[in-house]
Amino acid sequence: MCNDINILAIESSCDETAAAVIRNGREVRSNIISSQIALHTLYGGVVPEIASRKHIERINQTIEEALEEAGATLEEMDAIAVTYGPGLVGALLVGVAEAKAIAYGAKKPLVGVHHIEGHISANYIENKDLEPPFMCLVVSGGHTHLVNVKDYGTYEILGKTRDDAAGEAFDKVARAIGLGYPGGPKIEKKAKEGDPFAISFPRAKVADGPYDFSFSGLKSAVLNYINGCKMKNEEINDANIAASFQQAVSDVLVEHGIRAAKEHNVKKFAIAGGVAANATLREALKSACEKEGIRFYHPSPIFCTDNAAMIGVAGYYEYLAGTRSGWDLNAIPNLKLGER
Amino acid sequence: MKILGLDSSGLVASVAVVEDDNLLAEYTINYKKTHSQTLLPMLDEVAKMIELDLNTVDYIAVAMGPGSFTGLRIGSATAKGLGLALKKELISIPTVDGLAYNMVGSRELICPIMDARRNQVYTGLYEFCKDQMTVVKEQSPMDILEIIREINEMNRDVVFLGDGVKVYKEIIEKEIKVPYYFAPANMNKQRAASVASLGLCYAKEGKVESAAMHRPEYLRMTQAERERKERLKAQHDSENATL
Repeated sequence: MCNDINILAIESSCDETAAAVIRNGREVRSNIISSQIALHTLYGGVVPEIASRKHIERINQTIEEALEEAGATLEEMDAIAVTYGPGLVGALLVGVAEAKAIAYGAKKPLVGVHHIEGHISANYIENKDLEPPFMCLVVSGGHTHLVNVKDYGTYEILGKTRDDAAGEAFDKVARAIGLGYPGGPKIEKKAKEGDPFAISFPRAKVADGPYDFSFSGLKSAVLNYINGCKMKNEEINDANIAASFQQAVSDVLVEHGIRAAKEHNVKKFAIAGGVAANATLREALKSACEKEGIRFYHPSPIFCTDNAAMIGVAGYYEYLAGTRSGWDLNAIPNLKLGER
Repeated sequence: MKILGLDSSGLVASVAVVEDDNLLAEYTINYKKTHSQTLLPMLDEVAKMIELDLNTVDYIAVAMGPGSFTGLRIGSATAKGLGLALKKELISIPTVDGLAYNMVGSRELICPIMDARRNQVYTGLYEFCKDQMTVVKEQSPMDILEIIREINEMNRDVVFLGDGVKVYKEIIEKEIKVPYYFAPANMNKQRAASVASLGLCYAKEGKVESAAMHRPEYLRMTQAERERKERLKAQHDSENATL
């Protein structure tokens, strides 16, 4: 079909070098992710300079693999989409410079994509019926956003974290109880052996922001609890800490999310970002949504963590809307959702 | 043979197209804008001016490092992306060699110095026999006093260039014991014409690589790697001490 629109997408905002080919905005022809997690584990977290160095080493192979797996050529692509923010500036710059040069060399339009817009758009891949408006909770290592998705490319940020991102809190607590990096999957695994109601950790409310989040207090409460146990020579139950912490995060996210959906009379709720891969959170949101008669959507874990397929989907809708980036496109580490 | 040259290793952004013994275009700016915003628009401008069909370029030569880590990666990613799209191979030019090639034909010893921070410079030593450049001392990070001492021992006239001159001028003037001068403005910073011209020599010698395999040469570990290495070494030493 000659009416198909194919997007080659590139993502390098943090520690995954990724490329994908997306057909007509919802069909994933390929989704290649070259992960650096093993390397960063040596340092207990993502080291920006190492991430940038790895991106430049892997980027051409990743893109070539994405084209090959899709059985596509660069010539067939209608546009090149790339994440240009937010994220680690050095890491973003590799993908941005690469994408610009490919688009320029191949004479293709270039579409700069917002990373969070990508995460939100990941929901379109497996839920062909999902269309705006819907409420979306974006939770990852770098972001915690509650977004009212009014239309493709039109977002209203209702709330965000005032301090740590949800995923960041997972990483810090995982480190405190000796689980290491990356914290999300490790806490989730440990929590399975523990009692989520064993310890009462705080569920923080932000006074002047009804939908805003704060996780640094929760993180401190966990650290204080551990120190308290040590001082009293009490046994520290890692599993109970992991489970109770996870429950506290989940409770806050669910409460804010459902309240926002109800108050805005939105009947669809989606979740996105790395923390969306957390089964406890997903289940809690699902049952809360069912109770309120809200339809719940979530991407498979592979589309929750950073990937280029989601950038291709977001890039497709931006492309349709006429968004075109210039050859002077720059990486913007603190890019706001909805800004250009 | 047509070579596209790129250099964004330092403060300068530079794009050039060299065809055999002709410089078709060179665009160099030394301004505060980031390379990410300048390099590709500069290439676009150059291509328009000389009606360049990028498919007619044989190789893409790029300053591979050392230099600003981010600057190097912008140049590399640009070269790699062009190489991928145009199915062209790359030529990696050591940044300091590229700088030295600005001075082609000089009788003096050539000493480019780039500010490497942490009290170091990226430097090397080069000499010319007519238009043939010989590497006397390969590019490496070192103490400015150390390279001056080596030059003094060689007892040869020398020319200094590079962005490190501004930073270390007083030290050089104080410590150098041989006749010397500082290169003038038209040749004392990175120039893509030099990268492309030297690239032409490399291409003739078959020193080319795939766009996929090209990566910058930083000549320096990341801070995290360095600290980890030191930590492991200290650990190893203390374990040995207790044995």
